[in-house]
Amino acid sequence: MLHTATAELTAADREGVKVFDLTAHGLRALNQALHDFRRNPTNETVWEIVNTKGAHAIAVGVDAPLDITVRGTTGYYCAGMNKQATIRIDGSAGPGTAENMMSGTVIVEGDASQYAGATGRGGLLVIKGNASSRCGISMKGIDIVVHGNIGHMSAFMAQSGSLVVLGDAGEALGDSLYEARIYVRGQVKSLGADCIEKEMRPEHYEHLEALLRRGLADGKARPEEFRRYGSARKLYTFNIDNASSY
Amino acid sequence: MTEFPRTPPRQSWTFSNDANAEIRRAAATGIYDIRGGGSKRKLPHFDDLLFLGASISRYPLEGYREKCSTDVWLGTRHAKKPIHLDIPITIAGMSFGALSGPAKEALGRGATEAGTSTTTGDGGMTEEERGHSKTLVYQYLPSRYGMNPDDLRRADAIEVVVGQGAKPGGGGMLLGQKISDRVAEMRNLPKGIDQRSACRHPDWTGPDDLEIKILELREITDWEKPIYVKVGGARPYYDTALAVKAGADVVVVDGMQGGTAATQDVFIEHVGMPTLACIPQAVKALQDLGMHREVQLIVSGGIRSGADVAKALALGADAVAIGSAALVALGDNDPVYEEEYRKLGTTAGAYDDWHEGKDPAGITTQDPELFGRFDPVLGGRRLKNYLKVMTLEAQTIARACGKSHVHNLEPEDLCALTIEAAAMAGVPLAGTSWIPGRSGGPF
Ligand SMILES: Cc1cc2nc3c(=O)[nH]c(=O)nc-3n(C[C@H](O)[C@H](O)[C@H](O)COP(=O)(O)O)c2cc1C
Repeated sequence: MLHTATAELTAADREGVKVFDLTAHGLRALNQALHDFRRNPTNETVWEIVNTKGAHAIAVGVDAPLDITVRGTTGYYCAGMNKQATIRIDGSAGPGTAENMMSGTVIVEGDASQYAGATGRGGLLVIKGNASSRCGISMKGIDIVVHGNIGHMSAFMAQSGSLVVLGDAGEALGDSLYEARIYVRGQVKSLGADCIEKEMRPEHYEHLEALLRRGLADGKARPEEFRRYGSARKLYTFNIDNASSY
Repeated sequence: MTEFPRTPPRQSWTFSNDANAEIRRAAATGIYDIRGGGSKRKLPHFDDLLFLGASISRYPLEGYREKCSTDVWLGTRHAKKPIHLDIPITIAGMSFGALSGPAKEALGRGATEAGTSTTTGDGGMTEEERGHSKTLVYQYLPSRYGMNPDDLRRADAIEVVVGQGAKPGGGGMLLGQKISDRVAEMRNLPKGIDQRSACRHPDWTGPDDLEIKILELREITDWEKPIYVKVGGARPYYDTALAVKAGADVVVVDGMQGGTAATQDVFIEHVGMPTLACIPQAVKALQDLGMHREVQLIVSGGIRSGADVAKALALGADAVAIGSAALVALGDNDPVYEEEYRKLGTTAGAYDDWHEGKDPAGITTQDPELFGRFDPVLGGRRLKNYLKVMTLEAQTIARACGKSHVHNLEPEDLCALTIEAAAMAGVPLAGTSWIPGRSGGPF
């Protein structure tokens, strides 16, 4: 149900698309209309949001199998707490994009600012550009695929789910990590407390291959090029001799 | 040989037996002391304030016969569905994980029967409390354990937790002993490991992005729910002002006596300001912004009786919240369990190792055998009784001061017993017109 880029859209493609002008109608009207699908579904399931002007909280709390394309750059928390919907940002995304996502897919065509996918509990977040610091912070089951690089403190306290990075990772990757899995293809500037490199076993290649495919990156990278990182599980119970790591 | 008189053995004030015992404990175990409850020091508190009562200059209301209302509206600033409570005493957020399922159920039952709200806590919303609470406030915490949009939508209000009075600037702590399968699953973490929740939110850090976060929460819930912001008593003037600026409907200020499920003792006893000192600052911030009563103020931290409630309201709060006192009403630290407290090396009234999960009263535990002892229906009834008594006490005082609503109590109805309390609460020292730090006074 993914959109192709605007340029490729023919007039016919656009026909079934509900175009919403955010500047003209405002944020409240947009989110209310999207929420109304929960109780009153219609066949207007393909949406295009235009004139976003970096607004915050675009398409938050959606809980319906909608196909939404946001044209232009977004502010904070676009697609926050998404359930079911496929939301594509045709531009760069502000902080906290897809925070606490439950299910569905969010695709950022450009770069994503801080805390992308924070505390996400399910679904898939694809960032085609780079992600800034704290990508996947405290993630709880979401899968995140970043085609570019990620900033410092990414996957801090990440609990579960997977973070795949085709480029490089910044400082303190996976600090205080729990059970989330991290795969990085490029350089890792440094690992955070309790994060270690782990062996890639056959099941990890398989897992990663599927993630790359779902993350629209299968042509861009091969599983063999990645290293895997996970928790050493040394901070799971308090030990005074590890106090310098806390 | 002549026996000369000797200097009697003298204990040091500085190196007291308690201080030395703590040094020995630290030396032996290599870990700081973690415990539940609030500050145990003697702090300036509501006990240091008195009501003046009515006399010739103002007349009282007749007990029982003349009306003295106690209801309160919360969230009238922006929410489409503000909350209306019969009494100005709410139940504070206490996490499932720290408390047992039956204890959470009892809190919901008691609060509902008394016409007030209860609050979730770190760890998410349980069916027990949603099902048994007419009005349930859903906490939005840094850990975001269990956070999901469905629970946001079925909550009656949302409380963004920035801090807690017991540990302003601190995160949560739930040690391995209490991580049962159910707790682990709700939090999406392995069973049996120590959980230290973050102290800052993962996706905002200051007042400007808090404002955007509140906007997001309002948009997700279609502007229906009141949004509270809870802060620990650190800098209540600025925190209140910033919460208002960020768009809060309700500000919750929790002073340092406020309870916690598990925190380092050094944090509980040495960080934050007493509740008494927090209230006037928070009220001043609201007044300076022209928002007093527009944005409601809930105060917590050491509230035990209707007198405490009345004093908090007189200083300008719209409502109070109780945590520890509600647990005591349910049976926490009850002398009936003395024998078992002794076995745990403590005594009724002093038991605070809640993080170990061995609570004989079945309240702060996840052990099915222990929480099986606790009857949520009876617990709920006890809590309801206690809430009703507190309300009646607050009304008694309000009528004595000539007020037809408890919210009409005012600082002019109060005097202070100590210079400290006078300075902190901003009311005159009894028998004088002296408010230290504010006025000279002729007396
Ligand atoms: C057992 C227990 C658990 C608590 N859990 C939370 C929590 O999850 N979130 C929170 O904001 N405050 C929590 N608190 C603090 C209370 O919400 C409240 O601020 C405090 O108890 C008020 O002070 P009081 O105990 O003197 O009434 C907890 C307190 C206790 C006693």
